[in-house]
Amino acid sequence: MTGEIGLFCLILALITSVVQSTIPMWGAYVRNVRLMSVASSAAVAQFVLLALAFACLILAFVRSDFSLQVVAANSYTLKPLFYKVSSAWGQHEGSMLLWVLILALFGAAVAVFGNNLPATFKARTLAVQGMIGVAFIAFIIFTSNPFVRLLDAPLEGNGFNPLLQDPGLALHPPMLYLGYVGFSIAYSFSVAALIEGRVDAAWARWVRPWVLASWCFLTIGITTGSLWAYYELGWGGWWFWDPVENASFMPWLIGTALLHSALVVERRHALVNWTLLLSILTFTLSLIGTFLVRSGVLTSVHAFAVDPSRGIFILFMIVAASGGALALYALRARVVQNGPPFAGVSREGSILANNLLLLCATAVVFLGTFYPLLIDALTHDKISVGPPYFDIAFGPIMLAVAGLMAIGPFVRWRSDSAKVAASPLRYPAAVAALIGILVAALGHSIPAGLGFGFAAFLLMGLAIWFMKRTRIGSVPLAQSLAMARAFPRATWGFLGAHLGFVIAMIGITGMSAWESENVAFLRVNESVALGQYEFRLAGTDITNGPNYEAERLTFDVIHAGKPDGSITTERRYYPERDSYTTEAGIRPGLFFNLYVAYSDAGRPGGYTVRVNYHPFAMWIWLGGFVIAGGGMVSLTDRRFRVAGLHKVRVPAPAAAGGTA
Amino acid sequence: MSEAPQPLAARQALPRWTALIPVGLLTIILVFFAKGLTLDPHALPTMMVDRPMPAFELQPISDEIPNLSPDKLRGRVTLVNVFGSWCVSCVAEHPILMDISRAGIVEVHGVDWRDTPRDGSAWLARYGNPYSSAGLDADSRLAIDLGVTGAPETFLVDANGRIRYKQIGPITPEIWDDTLLPMIRLLEQEAT
Repeated sequence: MTGEIGLFCLILALITSVVQSTIPMWGAYVRNVRLMSVASSAAVAQFVLLALAFACLILAFVRSDFSLQVVAANSYTLKPLFYKVSSAWGQHEGSMLLWVLILALFGAAVAVFGNNLPATFKARTLAVQGMIGVAFIAFIIFTSNPFVRLLDAPLEGNGFNPLLQDPGLALHPPMLYLGYVGFSIAYSFSVAALIEGRVDAAWARWVRPWVLASWCFLTIGITTGSLWAYYELGWGGWWFWDPVENASFMPWLIGTALLHSALVVERRHALVNWTLLLSILTFTLSLIGTFLVRSGVLTSVHAFAVDPSRGIFILFMIVAASGGALALYALRARVVQNGPPFAGVSREGSILANNLLLLCATAVVFLGTFYPLLIDALTHDKISVGPPYFDIAFGPIMLAVAGLMAIGPFVRWRSDSAKVAASPLRYPAAVAALIGILVAALGHSIPAGLGFGFAAFLLMGLAIWFMKRTRIGSVPLAQSLAMARAFPRATWGFLGAHLGFVIAMIGITGMSAWESENVAFLRVNESVALGQYEFRLAGTDITNGPNYEAERLTFDVIHAGKPDGSITTERRYYPERDSYTTEAGIRPGLFFNLYVAYSDAGRPGGYTVRVNYHPFAMWIWLGGFVIAGGGMVSLTDRRFRVAGLHKVRVPAPAAAGGTA
Repeated sequence: MSEAPQPLAARQALPRWTALIPVGLLTIILVFFAKGLTLDPHALPTMMVDRPMPAFELQPISDEIPNLSPDKLRGRVTLVNVFGSWCVSCVAEHPILMDISRAGIVEVHGVDWRDTPRDGSAWLARYGNPYSSAGLDADSRLAIDLGVTGAPETFLVDANGRIRYKQIGPITPEIWDDTLLPMIRLLEQEAT
């Protein structure tokens, strides 16, 4: 029965979303309050129905109801309960259901918390959100129905990709979707604003928390995904520039730009058109990402069941959603009032420059991702674009971003003198240059010198900004502390997120420049050396997990001739799928990780063992989480909590720290 | 920060047509995506196609099954199928290999990859042997030279011992009818 209830809810949700996307739109046009108010009830109803459908799917997995095709294909009785639940979104159909559930969640959230929005604007926003819902729910029902029954239900399911049996991966997709589906709200707000032809500071205040929340989730999603790849895939890497990784990274890059340009709209009412465009582009890239993952146009390590007919469906959605919105933008962008002018050298100017850099970075990733498709379409040659392209093209842009991040907060709104604005950074620039040269010379790597130099510059920039703002040195310390305590949360969020960027930069630079590895074929009691370390294969044993057998290798670590603990690494064999997973042996550390993974090369009596030295690896993910943390602190800012309850006072330009 | 701000120049509005750039770019991108849907990115991911079969030496699987050696791949069009007793998809593929072999359309040779003589011969005894000859590649030497990523994989080798096509994954009736069989016919014409 659960399957039928689920499908029934799904169909009702489709009808609800059709209502949500039409009646309020008409209501807003004829200014009928009752018609407009349908939007909120429909949005909430749609969410409840989809939540029920999703609950049915989870229940089917928990009860191992193999009469449902997706359950039979992706689960089995012996699987631990936690992974039965998480496998509800571990395959295409269920993950699409999660996708629309989150879409509806955001719609319902606007319906419930958006009481401060003008009625026509709220109705239009929810109607646009409803249209996306119509498209995706129809997509699920017609191409990816998770509630398809099997006529003769098997007694046992087909297993589950064991790589997905991991807590990190159970949480990674929901976070990722909360992120990039969340950008649909910014999209709907923008389309509604284009229809209304009106954008003001209040608009930016409404849209910014949604952008910020989505962006935080996306940051967490990408970071957990990277962490999972590091310890579970056993390749010793953390980012592979794989198309599917890029699919989530591009909305993040543009979303970051959007976050900052919306800030300018909120504070200065400038860059309005630009912000509308970025909102549409961010969600467009989310849709393109979905297309890329589900259609199989590119080869990727992420094996989702692909089907070109799904690709065509999503392609039409992009045509309608993004094409429609961008056409609307082309027609209506002029109607929307733009704010006061600003000089090239100004806070607005610096944010716009950073926006453009982020846009370039997105273009670089986009081109690299789709270049194989482009070449295939034009010449039928099969090529692949590897990390060297991305490193060379992406790295320098990010260095420039870091440099601007250091300077930007010192520049005043509207207009400033470059000389005056940059003056507090003269000494830090010199110190950073020195650090860069030292690192490059001692570390034998110019990219490392650049990375560390810019990271140091940004860090010092943040510190000096903080000192200036709290007047440390010129007033008593207690007074400085009081000033720091009086910072709005958004300012702490800005400091935290930018600090996270510094941390991630150090991690990425260190890992790219000084990672080292050694591979050897080892029998028991043989060892492999790596720098000052030696790893001796001490022993092997077999253990049993709930649904796998694991072969575990224990290595004694010897550092400069002295014993230094041990590391174990595992390979798990899952008989249901006849496949293996690697649980890499990792000794994490603040300054470096030791990483051991092995494979059986088919040669009896020993193992092919790979050992890695990963300097600053943990900083990458720490940085990612700190960035997201900064965003969350910012979300708790008073401005967002009270926005709309009464007219919010726009802070004086000098007091504005910026939030990111 | 006491210096007077610079006077603001009136910002020039961008020309009207610039608002069309995003939708124009999107159109171009979508045209490529639509084209991309008609292409198969997995079609030719091997570097081995149009290269000569690498030199190899395999261990025999059992006394009954003739060992595969490079000279067996000369003078006629052949299929070289990489399999293993541990490989689930190979069981699925097996009936069609039996059919091909029984029909005598083309000689099928086997590379028993990452296997033991005992398991390999037991597997062939259980499911039937479609291979004119087959050898054991326990240490993946040939598999690495061939760039094998998983089993089953099948290589179409022409009369001169050059690899002309690589099938990744099981041969299905569709693949056989639409791709392999026409290519075999073509290569046979080429040889005569």
